[in-house]
Amino acid sequence: MNTTDNIVPGQGDPTPLALKMAGHISLKELFLGFLKIGLLGFGGLAPVAHHVIVEDRAWLTEQEYASLLGLGQVLPGGNIINLAVIMGDRFHGVWGSLTALAALMAMPLVILMALALLYERFAGLAIVRSAIAGSAAVAAGLVIGTAAKILWKLRLSWIALVFAALAFTAVGLLQLSLVPVIVVLAPLSVGTAYMRRRP
Amino acid sequence: MKNHVLWQIALTFASLSLVAMGGANAVVPEIHRQVVGAHGWMNDATFAQLFAIAQAAPGPNILLVSLIGWRVAGMTGLAVATLAMIVPSSVLAFTVGRLVNRLADAPWISLTKAGLVPVAVGLIMAGGMVMARAAVHNLFSLGITIGAAIFVLFSGRNPLWALAGGTIISLLGLWLGLVK
Repeated sequence: MNTTDNIVPGQGDPTPLALKMAGHISLKELFLGFLKIGLLGFGGLAPVAHHVIVEDRAWLTEQEYASLLGLGQVLPGGNIINLAVIMGDRFHGVWGSLTALAALMAMPLVILMALALLYERFAGLAIVRSAIAGSAAVAAGLVIGTAAKILWKLRLSWIALVFAALAFTAVGLLQLSLVPVIVVLAPLSVGTAYMRRRP
Repeated sequence: MKNHVLWQIALTFASLSLVAMGGANAVVPEIHRQVVGAHGWMNDATFAQLFAIAQAAPGPNILLVSLIGWRVAGMTGLAVATLAMIVPSSVLAFTVGRLVNRLADAPWISLTKAGLVPVAVGLIMAGGMVMARAAVHNLFSLGITIGAAIFVLFSGRNPLWALAGGTIISLLGLWLGLVK
């Protein structure tokens, strides 16, 4: 787990990542790494992305990975997709971004198409319909369970729980349009976080 | 006509790309609202099925959008939907990634995250509700949904196990004549 012998020395030193990373990794390596992340990312990309980037390839230290992922999480869009874009750019500029992104999406899209074509071909069979109905019920439960787990783990402050409840009620129960809800709630919630942390 | 649909696909998902905090699961309610409600591209059952297939494939959870594009307008639809969902947020990530060079000391990231996470979690929970409404038809499927939620909550195992388990239980139900 612990990679103390990282290629990048000096954890925590605030040197711009771009300098540290330059020239270390070829486009081909970048492509293969993110291809692997996409291919093995069953049930979420985060665990396998961490494994490949930090442990297997040692492209980033734990801390650098955490910072880049944090940035990817704050930005809209898939966390690991954002991570691929930013890491690709740090290594090889625009081409790095495009390479990492294409590699990340390639295998999942191929597998998805195979599943979709199988579904189209066999959707008429009762057994296939039943299997898909079962996994759809599971998928709903997975999403609910994941949200509950995050809530449980984070031990949010009461005010954060209020924002979570507001978002859930507005979109899940009242079925309001998402964009206005986010435009109102996100700045309020972020503003509150800033106010509470600042002494 | 076909171009019209492609344009709608592009517009629908491009507008969601920049509000998808924490990935696609937070925008599932809105995707459902647009795809099943506003545009009437498919019914609840099909939506739930596509969601299940997207979950079964590896990769980012925005694959749901790719699958919807495919269902509505074939391979072109898949390409348009995928690009519409990825490009705007990626351009933003690229731009911000260049602006934020010094990451080791960036407290605004953790503060912004602290503010965004509660809203995102609420939205993900709402996504789960929408999915459950589409996927649960009887006590049997309700049991599977609750079981899967408990599995995620209390086990650190790969969710794929739950997906396999639920599928097998559903097939057993069919075999035993418990459900149609």
